[in-house]
Amino acid sequence: MRDSIPLISNEQKFQSRIDAEQKVEPKDWMPEKYRQNLIRQISQHAHSEVIGEQPEGMWITRAPTLERKAILMAKVQDEAGHGLYLYASAETLGVTRDELIDRLHTGASKYASIFNYPSLTWADIGAIGWLVDSAAIVNQVSLQNTSYGPYARAMVKICKEESFHQRQGYNIMMTLMQGAELQREMAQDALNRWWWPSLMMFGPHDAESAHSAQSMKWKIKRRSNDELRQQFVDQAVQQAHAIGLAVPDPDLVWNEQREHYDFGAIDWEEFQRVVSGNGPCNRQRLAHHVSAHKEGAWVREAMAAYEAKRRTVPAEVA
Amino acid sequence: MSDQIQLYEVFIRSSRGLDHKHVGSLHADDAQQALEYARDVYTRRGEGISIWVVASKDITASQESDCDSFYDPLDDKPYRHAAMYELPEGIDSL
Amino acid sequence: MKLHDPLTRYVVRLGDDALIMGHRLSEWMSKAPFLEEDIALSNVALDFVGRARLFYQYGAELMGGEVTENTFAYQRDVRDFTNLLLCELPRGDFAFTLSRQFLYDAFSLPFTQALCNSTDSRLAAIAAKAEKESRYHLRRSRDWMLRLGDGTAESHERCQNALEQLWIYTDEMFERDALLDGLIASGIAVDPASLRSTWLETVTETLHAATLVLPEPQGGVTGGRKGIHTDDLGFLLAEMQFMQRAYPGLQW
Repeated sequence: MRDSIPLISNEQKFQSRIDAEQKVEPKDWMPEKYRQNLIRQISQHAHSEVIGEQPEGMWITRAPTLERKAILMAKVQDEAGHGLYLYASAETLGVTRDELIDRLHTGASKYASIFNYPSLTWADIGAIGWLVDSAAIVNQVSLQNTSYGPYARAMVKICKEESFHQRQGYNIMMTLMQGAELQREMAQDALNRWWWPSLMMFGPHDAESAHSAQSMKWKIKRRSNDELRQQFVDQAVQQAHAIGLAVPDPDLVWNEQREHYDFGAIDWEEFQRVVSGNGPCNRQRLAHHVSAHKEGAWVREAMAAYEAKRRTVPAEVA
Repeated sequence: MSDQIQLYEVFIRSSRGLDHKHVGSLHADDAQQALEYARDVYTRRGEGISIWVVASKDITASQESDCDSFYDPLDDKPYRHAAMYELPEGIDSL
Repeated sequence: MKLHDPLTRYVVRLGDDALIMGHRLSEWMSKAPFLEEDIALSNVALDFVGRARLFYQYGAELMGGEVTENTFAYQRDVRDFTNLLLCELPRGDFAFTLSRQFLYDAFSLPFTQALCNSTDSRLAAIAAKAEKESRYHLRRSRDWMLRLGDGTAESHERCQNALEQLWIYTDEMFERDALLDGLIASGIAVDPASLRSTWLETVTETLHAATLVLPEPQGGVTGGRKGIHTDDLGFLLAEMQFMQRAYPGLQW
């Protein structure tokens, strides 16, 4: 009986688990490339959340009302929390947070290029919450079904918390559009600057993405970049029009046949420039993180020293 | 975080009657600090009435390769599952 | 914005303490030594901003008319703010922030506990919530004093320096000015002078356990309650109030 049962390789067993929509968990055998792909994707997602604290974080001390101040503080705090969930997920794959932070600092690891733009006015806080968080949600809802268990569970938690982020941003834009002319202009100006970078968040067209095909096969990625981008455009255009904002795309037109919006060409040169380090704020964003980490070194050392002392000194003596 | 700072796994019971569920991990100096951080990180929206933290190194886990010998013997005893037993028509309270 | 009614002045004073403290703490967001601490500090900051809003909302009701919580926060200049100087000092390094926090929390817990017995039911209600928060804040900041005081030589030195700089601002917490006399007599306000010995006991015990030295008594710097502030408050308000000052009278 034994001789006629074909030997299944680890790879085949792994792929059939994936094909059967089963989750891969931390101690499972996995192809090394799967592990590395995930570490890259999860950690870059984590870095994005943490770097993403900056453009909105810098408006906390300038928020125009106490309610907006509290809301913005809660939102930025959530972002730190999301970063933490994601670093925790990545750590289940055999890498430490220290290593991941190091890769961020050396540039070996990237973060979402959307955060390399400056937040120039209060309306930017509305635009970021509305557009950037919407785009993130579109992507994250899809990732709730990603094949790696810890990543999928982190996505479920994040999605639950994220919907308030999107709403508060849209609420800011709505309030501005119901206000004085200078406020409406402020809102429109912010949309004009954040629209195209938001579309770029979904990454290159799939045919041009290096990682897409393998990611889809392993169900790390569930839907294509272009599919997700289309979903985002359809909902965001409707939301913009609902409050009287004009989308800065002369080629935007509803396509009755496709039942989707047709939209203009993305400036991929700008995307490349920003992704490769030459966007408006790349240096500042990274320097801010490096500096906070360096300044915090003595604190982390103090914690370790204190804990080491307590481990070596019996309780009654301490 | 330096390598000496520990990784803790966090388990939360979100309401009475439920089990503690694993929600993720975090870094802390000691168990007490881990508990406080867990409160800040994992229960901001009132998701917890009880938190357990365990140093990750203290968790003993089964290996995937154990599956066949570890779990199969449990799988061939269908009489442990209620679904195996047919009931007469109309009896639905058993 | 001149306030005359003693109760309103007291309520707004407590709101000012909370707002300025919360604002300084919020400056740490995205700058903390590690993520868990970023989230924890934000929670403390949010507690204070939330507390400020409760006090200011009460103050706005007492004043009536068009006054809102935002009037107190955004429409008053330095000379009208009545917060403790201790709250407005810049955030400094992590040792400075946590030392300041500890010195304040050691006062805030007994203070909010006492305020729970206020004959003003609104203040008592706010105090009940604040007391729970202060209990947690004190545990946290006390633990940090231990870790930093008894951590490395560097953390110990930074902590000791911070305490030396902060000490002259601690007297003000226990200052019983004329505004309080009537309010204490009617059971509305807490007599802060009565909290000094409890505070000193907590601080002495903690500093000792943290291998830190209690600074020498020095003459205290006060004036916050009268609107005589340090140079720092002006800059804080300039940043905080910018939007409302640049674009007055609008909804945000």
